[in-house]
Amino acid sequence: MPVSKYRQPLPQNCKISFPQFASYGIAMEHLIQKGLGMTYVMPPRMTRHTLELGARYAPDSVCAPFKLNLGCFLECIDEGADTLIQTGGTCRLGYYGELHEQILRDMGKDVRFVNFAECDFSHPKTFVDEFRELKPDLDLKRFSAAAVETVRMVNAIDEVDALFRRRIGFAEDPKAMEAIRTNWLRQLRLADGIKQIELLRKATVRLLESQKVNMPKHPIRVGVVGEFFTVMDPFSNHDIEYELAHMGVLVDRWMDMSNCMYHYRSRKMLPRIKEYAHYNMGATAMATIDAALHYAKSGFDGIIHVKSAGCTPEIDAIPALQNISADYHVPILYLSFDTQTSETGLNTRLEAFYDMISMRKQAHK
Amino acid sequence: MRIGIPRALYYYRYGALWKTFFSSLGCEVVVSPKTDRAILQSGIHYAIDESCLSAKIYLGHVAWLLGKCDLIFVPRMADMGRDKEFCLKFRALPDVVYNTFRTENVRLVTCDIAVRSGDSEMKAFAELGKKLGFKKQQVFNAYLLAKQAEQQAQAENTRKLEAALAKDDLKVLVSGHAYNIYDDYIGRPVMDAIRANHALPIPSDWVDRDSAWQSGGELTDTMPWMVNRELAGAAVQLRGKVDGIVLLSSFSCGPDSMTDEIMNRRLKNIPILTMTLDGQDGTAGMETRIESFVDILHLRKDGTVCL
Ligand code: SF4
Ligand code: SF4
Repeated sequence: MPVSKYRQPLPQNCKISFPQFASYGIAMEHLIQKGLGMTYVMPPRMTRHTLELGARYAPDSVCAPFKLNLGCFLECIDEGADTLIQTGGTCRLGYYGELHEQILRDMGKDVRFVNFAECDFSHPKTFVDEFRELKPDLDLKRFSAAAVETVRMVNAIDEVDALFRRRIGFAEDPKAMEAIRTNWLRQLRLADGIKQIELLRKATVRLLESQKVNMPKHPIRVGVVGEFFTVMDPFSNHDIEYELAHMGVLVDRWMDMSNCMYHYRSRKMLPRIKEYAHYNMGATAMATIDAALHYAKSGFDGIIHVKSAGCTPEIDAIPALQNISADYHVPILYLSFDTQTSETGLNTRLEAFYDMISMRKQAHK
Repeated sequence: MRIGIPRALYYYRYGALWKTFFSSLGCEVVVSPKTDRAILQSGIHYAIDESCLSAKIYLGHVAWLLGKCDLIFVPRMADMGRDKEFCLKFRALPDVVYNTFRTENVRLVTCDIAVRSGDSEMKAFAELGKKLGFKKQQVFNAYLLAKQAEQQAQAENTRKLEAALAKDDLKVLVSGHAYNIYDDYIGRPVMDAIRANHALPIPSDWVDRDSAWQSGGELTDTMPWMVNRELAGAAVQLRGKVDGIVLLSSFSCGPDSMTDEIMNRRLKNIPILTMTLDGQDGTAGMETRIESFVDILHLRKDGTVCL
C-alpha cells in the first residue's frame, strides 16, 4: 500500500481510541487491549458538549454521525488518546477518516489515524495489514483469538439489548432491570475469554427473564428501522426506544451489529422485498425496507424510520416505505436527527404518533 | 420503440453513450427538455423533501416523460471499480423512480453497472439490449458505436479546454457535477454570471476523466467517489492555470459536503468560492457573490491585491 503524504507515522506505545457507538466500545477495547496488547482510551460518555464540539468544527452539511464522531475524537484526545481509528464503509462513511484527520490536523492536534477505509473488503489481509501498522510485531494467533472473542461480545451485547428492549416497557421494577443491564456491561468489560463471556451472558439473560413484567395480551407493537448509526446509537436518537417503552410500547428493532454481520445479504433480502426494491441501494437502506416490510406483514401497529438528516440512502428508501405503508395500512413516522434536534419537538411527535396508533388499535378491536 | 431519457443527472455524463446506443438499435429516443421552473416544481412535488436538489430535478424530468414514450431508461450504477463509486443515489435511482411513480404506471428499462460485483458496463448494456429484444451481435455493435460517440464527446471537451487555456482572459474553474453546471435552470445562471463579469468559466468535465481521476489521488487518498475524485483531480491539474475556483454543489449533496471541505483545506494559494445551488427563485444573491469573487480575481491578476 502506498504511504500517503497526508499520513504520519504512528508513535510507539500509542493510546488508541475509537468513536463511541452504542455499547460496542467494550468490544473494541477488548480487541485493542487483548489482541494488540495496547492501551485503549474509552471515549467519555457522549453529552451535549460532544455534539456541540463536533458541530463547531465539522462542515455544516455533513451527516450527523460525522459530527458526533469528531466531537468524540476531540474528547478522547483530551483524555490522552493519540491514535484514532476510523472505519470504512459504503457511503460518506468511507470518507469520514481522511476528513476527520485533516480537520484535527488543521486544529493543531497531534494525532495519527488508522483508517480502515484504506482496506479492500475483498482482501481480508488488508485489515490485518492495517492492524500491523498499529503493531508491527503483531502476534497473529493472539490477535485472531481476541477477534473471535470480540465478535462473541458483540453478539452477546445485541442479544441482551434485544431482550431488554422487549421487556423494559412492561417491567414491574424498571429500575432493577436497568441496574441489571448496567451491571452486565460493567462486568463484560472485565470478561476474559469465551467462557467468561458466555457465563455472564447466560446469567444476565436469566436475570432479565426472571424480572416480573406485566405484558398486556395485545400490546402496541412498534418496529424501529433506519440508518445504521443513528438507529443503534441511543445518544444520537435521543433514546427513542426508551421513550417508547415508557409509553408502554413493545419495541422491536432488527438492525444491530450481529444481524448486519450475519444476515445482511442481498441474495436473501432482495427476493423478499422485490415488490419494493430490485437493487441493493447501499448502506443499510435494503435492511430498512426488509425490516419495515416484515413489521408490516406481521401486523405491527406502527413503524418508526430513524436517520440522520440528509442521509442519502435512507432518503432513497422512503418512497418504498411509503408504498409499504399504503399497501399494509401501517402508519410510519419519519424522524431525521441532526445536531439541533429539539427534545420537546421530538417528544411531541412521538406522543402524537403513539396516540394515533393506539386509537387505531382501539378502533380495530 | 420510444425510449425516454430524463435530461438530468448522468445524462450530462453518459448522454452521448446512451443516445447512440438506443438509436443504433433503431429505437426512437425522447429526451426531456431543458429544466425550467415547471420541471423543477414538479420534481420538488414528487421528491422526498430532504433529497438533493439534483435528484429532485431528475424526478421532474421523469414526470415530464410519462406518457410520452414506451419505456423510460433509468440505469442503476453502483461503481466502475475501486475508488470509482457512484454516489449511492445512483444505486437507488430505478427503485426511487419506480416507487415514486407506481400509481402512474411508470414503465422502466434498466441495467446494472456494478464492476466490483462483476457487472461491467459492457455486460450491463448486453443485458439491456437483450431485455429490449435485440440480437447479441446487433447489441454489441450498438455498444461499440456508443463508446465511440462517448470518446468523441470527451475529445471535444479536451479541445475546448485547450482553446480556453490558450486565451488571455481571466479563467475560473467551475468544479461541480456536470448535471449541476449544465442544468439550464440552476447551473447556467452561474456560468452566465461569470461571463458577465469578463471571465471565462471552465467546467471541470473539460478535463479528461481518466487523467483527472488519476490526479485526484494527489489531493486525497481514500475518496471513494469516482466523479468527486475527478473534480479534485481537475482542480489539481488546473490550479496553476486558472485564476480561481468555484465549487458548485447542489443543496443537500452528500459527497460534495465532504469533497468541498477537503478541497478548501488542501488546495492552497488559489481563491476558492464555495457555492450551493438551492433552486430558489431569484439569482440576485448568487450574482452578487460571483461578481465580488471575480472582482477580487481581476484585482489579484492585475497585481493590485495580494491574497
Ligand atoms: S449512511 Fe447516511 S449517515 Fe451514514 S454515512 Fe451515509 S449519509 Fe451519512
Ligand atoms: S452526488 Fe450529490 S447531487 Fe449528485 S446525486 Fe449524489 S447527492 Fe445528489
